[in-house]
Amino acid sequence: MAMALRLYLLLIVFVSSAIVSFSLYEDQVGLMDWHQRYIGKVKHAVFHTQKTGRKRVIVSTEENVVASLDLRHGEIFWRHVLGTKDAIDGVDIALGKCKESCLDVPNTVFAFTLMYHRSMLRAWNLPDGQMVWETSLHSAQHSKSLLSVPVNLKFDKDYSILVFGGGYLHAVSPIDGELLWKKDFTAEGFEVQRVLQPLESSIVYVLGFLHSSEAIVYQIDSKSGEVVAEKSKAFPGRFSGEISAVSNDKVVVLDSTRSILVTISFVDGEISFQKTLISSLVEDSGEAEILSPLLSNMLAVKVNKRTIFVRVGDQGKLEMVDSLSDETAMSDSLPVADDQVAFASVHHEGSKIHLTVKLVDDLDTVLLRESIQMDQHRGRVDRVFINNYIKTDRSNGFRALIVMEDHSLLLLQQGAIVWSREEGLASVTDVTTAELPVEKDGVSVAKVEHTLVDWLKGHILKLKGSLLLASPEDVVAIQEMRMKSSGRSKLTRDHNGFRKLFIALTRAGKLFALHTGDGRIVWSTLLNSPACARPSGISLYQWQVPHHHAMDENPSVLVVGRCGSDSSSPGVLSFVDVYTGKEISSSDIGHSVVQVMPLPLFTDSTEQRLHLIADTDGHVHLYPKTPEALGIFQREFQNVYWYNVEGDDGIIRGHGMKSSCAGETADEYCFTTRELWTVVFPSESEKIISTLTRKPNEVVHTQAKVSTDQDVLYKYVSRNLLFVATVSPKGAGEIGSVTPEESALVVYLIDTVTGRILHRLSHQGCQGPVHAVFSENWVVYHYFNLRAHKYEVTVVEIYDQSRAENKNVWKLVLGKHNLTAPISSYSRPEMFTKSQSYFFPQSVKTIAVTSTAKGITSKQLLIGTIGDQILALDKRFVDPRRTLNPSQAEKEEGIIPLTDSLPIIPQSYITHSLKVEGLRGIVTAPAKLESTTHVFAYGVDLFYTRLAPSKTYDSLTDDFSYALLLITIVALVAAIYITWALSEKKELSEKWR
Amino acid sequence: MDKGKAVMGAGRRWAVDFSDQSTVPSSRDILDPPGFSRVSPEQDDSATSRQKKDAEANWKLQKAWEVAQSPFKNLMMMGFMMWMAGNTVHLFSIGITFSALWQPLSALQSVGKVFEPFKDNKVELLMPKLVFLALNLGGLALGIWKLNTLGLLPTHASDWVSSLPPPQEVEHSGGGFAFH
Repeated sequence: MAMALRLYLLLIVFVSSAIVSFSLYEDQVGLMDWHQRYIGKVKHAVFHTQKTGRKRVIVSTEENVVASLDLRHGEIFWRHVLGTKDAIDGVDIALGKCKESCLDVPNTVFAFTLMYHRSMLRAWNLPDGQMVWETSLHSAQHSKSLLSVPVNLKFDKDYSILVFGGGYLHAVSPIDGELLWKKDFTAEGFEVQRVLQPLESSIVYVLGFLHSSEAIVYQIDSKSGEVVAEKSKAFPGRFSGEISAVSNDKVVVLDSTRSILVTISFVDGEISFQKTLISSLVEDSGEAEILSPLLSNMLAVKVNKRTIFVRVGDQGKLEMVDSLSDETAMSDSLPVADDQVAFASVHHEGSKIHLTVKLVDDLDTVLLRESIQMDQHRGRVDRVFINNYIKTDRSNGFRALIVMEDHSLLLLQQGAIVWSREEGLASVTDVTTAELPVEKDGVSVAKVEHTLVDWLKGHILKLKGSLLLASPEDVVAIQEMRMKSSGRSKLTRDHNGFRKLFIALTRAGKLFALHTGDGRIVWSTLLNSPACARPSGISLYQWQVPHHHAMDENPSVLVVGRCGSDSSSPGVLSFVDVYTGKEISSSDIGHSVVQVMPLPLFTDSTEQRLHLIADTDGHVHLYPKTPEALGIFQREFQNVYWYNVEGDDGIIRGHGMKSSCAGETADEYCFTTRELWTVVFPSESEKIISTLTRKPNEVVHTQAKVSTDQDVLYKYVSRNLLFVATVSPKGAGEIGSVTPEESALVVYLIDTVTGRILHRLSHQGCQGPVHAVFSENWVVYHYFNLRAHKYEVTVVEIYDQSRAENKNVWKLVLGKHNLTAPISSYSRPEMFTKSQSYFFPQSVKTIAVTSTAKGITSKQLLIGTIGDQILALDKRFVDPRRTLNPSQAEKEEGIIPLTDSLPIIPQSYITHSLKVEGLRGIVTAPAKLESTTHVFAYGVDLFYTRLAPSKTYDSLTDDFSYALLLITIVALVAAIYITWALSEKKELSEKWR
Repeated sequence: MDKGKAVMGAGRRWAVDFSDQSTVPSSRDILDPPGFSRVSPEQDDSATSRQKKDAEANWKLQKAWEVAQSPFKNLMMMGFMMWMAGNTVHLFSIGITFSALWQPLSALQSVGKVFEPFKDNKVELLMPKLVFLALNLGGLALGIWKLNTLGLLPTHASDWVSSLPPPQEVEHSGGGFAFH
């Protein structure tokens, strides 16, 4: 028996070595998490295909990203995500060999970017994306900026990059970014419109308008920046801002009535105007708009939903040469061989798009005509960029990079889509979760992928790995096997709730469903509306989550959108089936949408959730519009309230339901409200910078908090609490713009039913921005302390004093207590708070908190740091009960000794080595398994992982070796038998002796 | 209990031997002579048997008292073990506590059986039984006290409210910044 025991002990040691610890090992990266890199909607694209080798395109996007993409596969070579305010105004590339003066990199190709906000000009090395130089330009004021890179730029002192920005024209040396000269154009009322630099000329023309009624042309020597000549001419009338440069000495401007095109030519500095009525060019006149594409000697004008091409003759005479239907996108003109200039246009026809490349001079010459089948859910074509290449038969081939309405980026070549990128996902605005279909018998989506032999092989490999016997090849095989684990990406619900869908709404108004297993797009749909072509999406709500009929009813989400950008424009409701991604219905609701209030407690018999939508008139509308929902709502009519925060005025107003608006409209689902309370913050000392409530669907397990000495504190858990942070108006700006004496941060906890201020806490000498998270009965917020020159985090926990009397055990045993009785905000609960502050070494972009199915598991704060990573910080670190010297009992309970700052443990970055560039939000959702929570972070990139804040106490880890367990059992049984037989034999021989 | 029985059996054999020797000095292997009737004087006989019974009863009572007091030793030992085990919940302290609870319980269950051998008309077993019960109850109390000090008894308010869900709210409010 001793032998069996020894064997058993040995096996125990092996089994315990297979149990994983909490932090992530290198080979666990990618098992539960995925990361997707995006760039956003492309604004500018510059091709770089001249050289042999890797063909690439440099793009700048609306998410402020400069990236170099592989033209063959669409992969990102390199990418730089700039700050949210650093909008990129222009990108251009210059080719050229570097002479001895410029760095060590031979054969450098630069990409230049110009940023609007800070007026910076940066040069990047094209092959690897390293920044070569950066020049900060004078930016006294914000104005539009222009970048002009000479076509045949050489890396020489004689050539310069001209940049107009902040009211100055700058000439910058391409070699090292040195500012060669600058010219002031900040004169009152003067607006620079165009900077033109004719080829082979040392004269730069700067065209601007003075008070929109006088055209001025400056001729500037490009070497010295001296003004050579200045001409001006008054215009009888006013210019609108729209301008198109058609050639090196002519521009076409629209006047302020938008019905006259004015050709301004400034040959040799003489300015002449030539007016052309649009009605003389095209019969049906109306308000015109100059389109952005730059075509040589031609311009595109949009009149009455039609695009017309207007040729500009030598004498400035305009004539219409072609017209196209509205849904046409055009590219800039592109020089092709033999002084010819071509441009591309794309228009829709049914489910196809037609790409046409024509010569600018001769619109009848079609160089290319292709038709491509296009997914309906991409919308129309928004932008086109073309590039030509020489085919083997010496003819011109064209490739077109197109940006669709849903922000996706596609490369078309030879009549096919070579690659596509779903760039809409770089601008996610709202996220919700949804369940996958239940696995039904017989229609299982999953295939039986493993035969028994495969299964056994896999387990033997795993066993080898855990016994440290695996060879490097085996390790690779094991890793691959774990990554491809069949269960991960199935399209059905699993036991643990690990497989889910994240529904993401993007700025373009497109819905994406992402699978948590591998991050692939399960479906995507572009919102439609009967009222307007493309409503903009506002927010996303769970509409129907069937539990009783989970087998035969599909859940759906509600997308609230709006036709137009104004807050009074009419709203659109879309209901989208979560399983299929089909739009069930879409309705134009005929009133504006100011706020949407889901009523999570009220569902009708089909488990549709009731929602209230407030409009600009102070009315609220009930959805779904069914008599049943109306009945449910009317029962709770007196108990429903709403409030709105007027940030500019510093007022919070609370409203109660009054009556049906039957008097004004016949709509019985519309209700009027009356104002119940207002909280007015003094505008001279406080400005609202942040408000926050608890997540309405958060589950709280218990109302009691037990301290070390068995004492009970009752949490004040209420959905009707609003956290408000205000700062002094002076301190609302950037950090450090005020002295500590001038700035104060005040936080409030306000009951949104009665308007009562439950708690007020003032931080003198502190400043925003405030990032906060509100969960259960606590708020944690992050701000800047000007006195200490450090960021601080404060936690406030709220407890109910009025229930603290419930301490008699017998009453509790017999159930004679009022702890579960419904509570009302009007009962004026007494409450007290506990708070504590800590320094935090990092700047923060967003904070979230983990959420689990039953709320039992301890919580972690998920802090999105300025470095675009996510840090998981145990709630235990922000516990007001922390003291400098906790007693033994407190230590056993897990109270950490108080320190002045919160620790950042490098292993607790849940994003490990990755960055979620441009991080904007973190969403958590519970899995079915209590210990586990889903975390989805979005910004320019997307990141998903699964977290277990208290480790996976309720399940075996993924890499638990069942084979090892099985083998252990078998070995043990065998050992028992062998030792039994041996002992029998021994006994027998003893007896015979 | 086994011990008690063995003592009793041996005692009876010895008593018989003694009486035999007092009445019949000769060996019992030899038959009585003819005409001799072995009739002992009646009063003598009854006196001996009464004496015998009294002794037995005394002895039984003594033994019953011994048995009744035996849990006391146990109690002391248990107390010592508990003190050694400390007040934190771990395998050792839990084992000790549960054995401290189990022993008195099983003893209380078998109280009838324990005192069965001493059952006699003349023996007053009530007091020993009561002492036995009291001592075992004392042991049980000690076990329960230990359980409480370990924090495993729901004697605090916190034990009854820690799983109470937060109360429902009557009012419902929503809103925030206007969409823009």
